[in-house]
Amino acid sequence: MIPPQFEYVKPSTISEAIALLQQHGDDAKVLSGGQSLIPMMKLRLARPAWLIDINGVPGLGGIREEAGYLRIGGLVRESEIEASALIRAKYPIIHDTARVIADPLVRNLATAGGNLAHGDPANDHPATMLALGAEVVATGPKGTRVIHIDDFFVSIFTTALEPAEILTEIRIPIPPPSSGGAYFKLERKVGDFATAGVAAQVTVDGNGVCQRAGIGLTNVGPTPLRAKNAEAALRGKKLDSAAIGQAAQLAAAESQPSSDLRGPEEYKRGLVKELTKRALMRALERARR
Amino acid sequence: MAKTQRVHVKVNGQKKEAEVEPRLLLTHFIRDVLGLTGTHLGCDTSSCGACTVIVDGRPIKSCTYFAVQADGHELLTIEGMMRDGQLHPLQQGFHEEHGLQCGFCTPGMILSAYALLQQNPSPSEEEIRWGISGNLCRCTGYQNIVKAIQNAAAKMQQKGTAA
Repeated sequence: MIPPQFEYVKPSTISEAIALLQQHGDDAKVLSGGQSLIPMMKLRLARPAWLIDINGVPGLGGIREEAGYLRIGGLVRESEIEASALIRAKYPIIHDTARVIADPLVRNLATAGGNLAHGDPANDHPATMLALGAEVVATGPKGTRVIHIDDFFVSIFTTALEPAEILTEIRIPIPPPSSGGAYFKLERKVGDFATAGVAAQVTVDGNGVCQRAGIGLTNVGPTPLRAKNAEAALRGKKLDSAAIGQAAQLAAAESQPSSDLRGPEEYKRGLVKELTKRALMRALERARR
Repeated sequence: MAKTQRVHVKVNGQKKEAEVEPRLLLTHFIRDVLGLTGTHLGCDTSSCGACTVIVDGRPIKSCTYFAVQADGHELLTIEGMMRDGQLHPLQQGFHEEHGLQCGFCTPGMILSAYALLQQNPSPSEEEIRWGISGNLCRCTGYQNIVKAIQNAAAKMQQKGTAA
């Protein structure tokens, strides 16, 4: 499949990239990994007249902890996240997430930044970032602004990014001690989108009482969802099987799946319940380590 | 027509350049412009991995990458695997273990396996299956492909072959 014609530019600075986006407005798209955009162009679901390739822009790489945050550069590939010793040791929820995205070949190009900026409710990082309370750094004509992940996903395929803004960094507040998280996804086969996915992140005190809980849901609504009722039900409670079971029930109730080739609505709600349970149990296990 | 662009690449150690339309996919560039037809186009939807090539040491699906993106980069295709008239241990392994039937997925399988062995010279069976999970085979049931990669890994370990 051959996409429609477009002009290709590869700016070498962020300001040049932003100027190009300003100049071409809605006719331009940013190319990072291209693993969602290029298939859409081939299917002619996206027809940008200008493709702004940001892979030559310096300063968008790197995974590091700095000033209270884990910082993931806008161009960091999924395969880098998967291989990162820091992520594996301290943020296993993000490792869980990266390793179930598409397949190893796609992960060599796909970026976590693109996974968020695409605004697809079927993508995996959004749920995890919602559970972690992440922030997105956007750089545009007026400089840099920070968008909380709760305000980022506006509607299907639409984010809070302005047309001339580029996602340049993902920031995750470094969780306090006794925190843990996990991501569970059911997919029909490697490379498929989630039938449903659940990310859970908890912080507990010395008695196993929940101080903070974050739960994000993949592909069960028009946008990635936060299971707020389930989170609220866990706060201040000892994370025993009764509390986890109740939260799982609430998460299923507040999910908004629709029936499709991956299964009927009722089945997906059942799946959200089970995956929430498993994600919370694994998160708690990791928090206690 | 969109403005064409000059693309310079190194393919299997040789410098090549061509003037291309931005929308030309890397698969078509390799097959139709460079004439290297060992890289196959299968599903054309980044599912099957028949179009796998290695760009700067990392395997990617060339049906989901434009030729212009490859400008200034180094490519390795299946044609670059043979050295000094000798099959690469992976090619030998696929031959000896009957790692193919129709052969359509084989170039992609071999290149994914090559990248895997570079990172992990003695992978477990599970790691091999994980490493080739982006490449589909409809003939073998994967069993002999896994054996072929194990065969090659053992040979390369023995010889200390640089992959």
